[in-house]
Amino acid sequence: MAINYIYPEFEVIRNDARCIRCQVCERQCANEVHRLDEKRNVMLSDETKCVDCHRCVSLCPTKALKIVNHDCRFRENANWSNETIKEIYKQADSGGVLLSSMGNPKPLPVYWDKILINASQVTNPSIDPLREPMETKVFLGKKPDKIERDKDGKIMCKTPPQLELSMPVMFSAMSYGSISYNAHESLARAARELGIYYNTGEGGLHEDFYVYGENTIVQVASGRFGVYKDYLEAGAAVEIKMGQGAKPGIGGHLPGTKIVGDVSKTRMIPEGSDAISPAPHHDIYSIEDLRQLVFSLKEATEYKKPIIVKVAAVHNIAAIASGIARSGADIIAIDGFRGGTGAAPTRIRDNVGIPIELALASVDKRLRDEGIRNNVSLVVGGSIRSAADVVKAIALGADACYVATAALIAIGCHLCRTCQSGKCNWGIATQKPELVKRLNPDIGYKRLVNLMTAWKHEIKELMGGMGINSIEALRGNRLMLRGVGLNGKELEILGISHAGE
Amino acid sequence: MKKIYVNEKWCLGCHLCEYNCAFAATGEKNMALALKDKKIYPKVRVEDNGKIMYAVSCRHCDDPICVKSCISGALSKEDGVVKIDKNKCIGCLTCVLVCPYGALVQDGNSAVTKCELCTDNSCGEPACVRGCPNNAICFEER
Amino acid sequence: MKKYVIIGGGIASLGCIDGIRANDTDGTITLICGEDALPYSRPLISYYLEDKTTMEKMNYRSEEFYKSSGVDIKRGVKAEKIEGSIVICDNGEKIPFDKLLVAAGSSPFVPPIAGAESVKNKFTFMTEEDTLALEKAAKKDSEVLIIGAGLIGLKCAEGLKARVKKITVCDLADRVLSSILDKECAALVEEKLKENGINLMLSDSAESFCGNTAKMKSGKTVDFDILVMAVGVRPNTGLLKDIGADVNRGVLVNDKMETTAENIYAAGDLVESRDISSGTDKIMAILPNAYMGGFCAGSNMAGAEKTFDNQIPMNSIGFFGYHIMTAGSYDGELYEEKSGDSVKKLFIKDNHLAGFIFLGDAVEKAGIYTSLIRNKTPLDTIDFETIKKFPSLLPFSCEYRRKNLGGVL
Repeated sequence: MAINYIYPEFEVIRNDARCIRCQVCERQCANEVHRLDEKRNVMLSDETKCVDCHRCVSLCPTKALKIVNHDCRFRENANWSNETIKEIYKQADSGGVLLSSMGNPKPLPVYWDKILINASQVTNPSIDPLREPMETKVFLGKKPDKIERDKDGKIMCKTPPQLELSMPVMFSAMSYGSISYNAHESLARAARELGIYYNTGEGGLHEDFYVYGENTIVQVASGRFGVYKDYLEAGAAVEIKMGQGAKPGIGGHLPGTKIVGDVSKTRMIPEGSDAISPAPHHDIYSIEDLRQLVFSLKEATEYKKPIIVKVAAVHNIAAIASGIARSGADIIAIDGFRGGTGAAPTRIRDNVGIPIELALASVDKRLRDEGIRNNVSLVVGGSIRSAADVVKAIALGADACYVATAALIAIGCHLCRTCQSGKCNWGIATQKPELVKRLNPDIGYKRLVNLMTAWKHEIKELMGGMGINSIEALRGNRLMLRGVGLNGKELEILGISHAGE
Repeated sequence: MKKIYVNEKWCLGCHLCEYNCAFAATGEKNMALALKDKKIYPKVRVEDNGKIMYAVSCRHCDDPICVKSCISGALSKEDGVVKIDKNKCIGCLTCVLVCPYGALVQDGNSAVTKCELCTDNSCGEPACVRGCPNNAICFEER
Repeated sequence: MKKYVIIGGGIASLGCIDGIRANDTDGTITLICGEDALPYSRPLISYYLEDKTTMEKMNYRSEEFYKSSGVDIKRGVKAEKIEGSIVICDNGEKIPFDKLLVAAGSSPFVPPIAGAESVKNKFTFMTEEDTLALEKAAKKDSEVLIIGAGLIGLKCAEGLKARVKKITVCDLADRVLSSILDKECAALVEEKLKENGINLMLSDSAESFCGNTAKMKSGKTVDFDILVMAVGVRPNTGLLKDIGADVNRGVLVNDKMETTAENIYAAGDLVESRDISSGTDKIMAILPNAYMGGFCAGSNMAGAEKTFDNQIPMNSIGFFGYHIMTAGSYDGELYEEKSGDSVKKLFIKDNHLAGFIFLGDAVEKAGIYTSLIRNKTPLDTIDFETIKKFPSLLPFSCEYRRKNLGGVL
């Protein structure tokens, strides 16, 4: 047998004084880490299989388990890190591209954490959200440039189609296939209860979820999976996906083994066939081509629904956004390089794209400079982690935020980043029925509603502190932000002053 | 009358209900101390064939055949709950012989034990319901 | 206001009271108990000897129950005869009734054996009185001979075991519990009994007594201090026979528990009814059937329409911690599993489960099988291949589980 160069990454620590041999860990681990040796009455662990997802830790009724990093490390080397050496071993074993899941975990700067929010003192009183009305409602879509009046002098209210959000947050695209039916149901039900939207991703819309159509954004991506008339009509808006923050410039690949049953039906492709989303849309090579697709979709939906164009945050994002704003699209969604994914080549995920904070600031500025900011609404995603991130994004110029990772965490995801295995112990990134059932949407949707309700309270408190009672009044209000520990160039791009200035 | 219902759709077959049940019966505060190295005699038991799984406990039948069959008068139905007086039970297992759900179990102490909806301990609500990680067991009026 | 009269202080009578009161809270109920005690559980008397219960705990219901249920108990009073719609008691009392339940039970059968009159300490084992007498007679150095290795004889042996020096049980049959066990299963039970110090003399019985010595049919002799006669019981059918009701071995009743005499019902150990597992009529003198028969009778006496038409013989009994469960009839194709001292035998006939014998650990969840027999469940409607190995509700239809347990996938 060849030498196995890959050591277990984690160690299972079992407090035997607490373990009552209930075997819940054993039954709940789809990776088959735990096993009871009945004869000897000991619990064994095969740590090579552990992904640190904490399903066992969470369910252990006596809290007898913890998973720690394995401290068996390669010899310390500031240049050749453990991770790097391990990746080389893996590739030397397999000859393949490394795959990863969820967002970029590398210690690259998180600008949200270097931006601070203002509060009123003395001169501009803060507002108590428990006493005063606070407006968190936003409308997404093209806004009129000026007020128009008819011949009688009355304001003409006819606006292009808008999405109305009770708070400036939506659940971003995750396909049925990459996540489970129950995860989708949780998102759909939560979106409806919250008065926001969730997004189908490129997996089509399961027939059971047409009832949530009013709170659904249907996606059209390069593979065009599941796209047909009823699908377009079912949603409240249509999103053209040009790119994704976790893997800009490449397409998607859902292996045939996952194209089973309803996934196949919903994607409208035969069971067992690989679902390959090409890297580009084969009919889009220019803004003009994009415009054609935008208007094809508008035609198909009788100009009743806003069209979103989603792109990954890449180097010249400002110019790209400017083009999109002129393509007829109503909303631009920009996905930063920390955005999640069900599977992406590791090198792409960790090295391609730019931070959403910088992309947002430069796009907002560019569109304002060009006088076309009102052509479109801006939605940003790619690791919005909290209400504070939302508030900062709005102040940097976003109309709303897309959240996905935070939503998945709310329904149990522990960011073990092995979605690509299809063995998600939390019933989220899997199609195995016995695992899918672990996520009861009755619980999942409630947790999502709780999370967003909490965020909404926090957004109101932060707004109140700034003396702002309407989220619209915060949009692009960069005076409310200050940077800490940022260099001059970063501050310039973000368009904010340094703390203390 | 609130009863325990199980939902096959959401049961994971994790067996936590059995341990929570056994723990509740001990009256102890710490599960590890209460159950470590002990054989448990849970009053709710998971049935699982790999595809279908659910937890079975006493149905508190309208017409409980166990009560009618009990030779010692240990079983009775009060306020909708079929209860067992362990002091009276002599462990003949006639109730086990007649219960169509297999819901009565030997308690390891030559008596029989059964679900009393946690009215016999200080849990407040059924421990199996409270501890179920996936709402597969519910306690409700239907 | 109806006048209900119940003869007999056993479980059938309590079933009857419950049945009446579920339908009629006004009528008067008179309960005629031959014994002085409150109605108690006769199967518990052996547990009393074992110190596992007390006379007080053996009472099914508290005195308060009878008061609150409006039952007038006449304790220590025997019904002597029925005349028209009046019960005449041995104390001269005449009790009129609109509806009458006769639940007079059965009495020990004591076969005539030569020299029996010369035995000093001679008992039967059926009532509290028997038990107390036996308790008094049993001494640490007593040697006991029990005639009859049926349920009563063996329970008596188990009950006395710790109280006496030696116990011998004999039976003419070639095995213990011959009415419910086959040879193979009986052998396992015999093993357990012997392990626990019970001496067995099978295919043998006392032919004659001479003082405290029994001369056995085999020619052996057994010395004893205490003799217990546990050969069998006979149903107390006299009251009904006297008024011309149909009586076979037991009193004949229909599935409403009505005898052929007008307004007179019968339930308990004295009735003969249909065993649905075999399709034959027999006396199934077991407690659950007595209660359910009594309840059915009581309901009907109070004007409800109830039937009791799924009776089967069944027994759950244990000796020294070794459990035995049997039900139905042992007819048809046999499925069996054995491991160690645990045995599972299922008898399958015409797409139905006809009966079973379980020993040892095999008794768990036995009720699932019992209900298959009682409900006459066609085996092709469930996954019998699975259920015969593992009793559970899995092999039943989704619909069955939905109805009984709640939500189903």
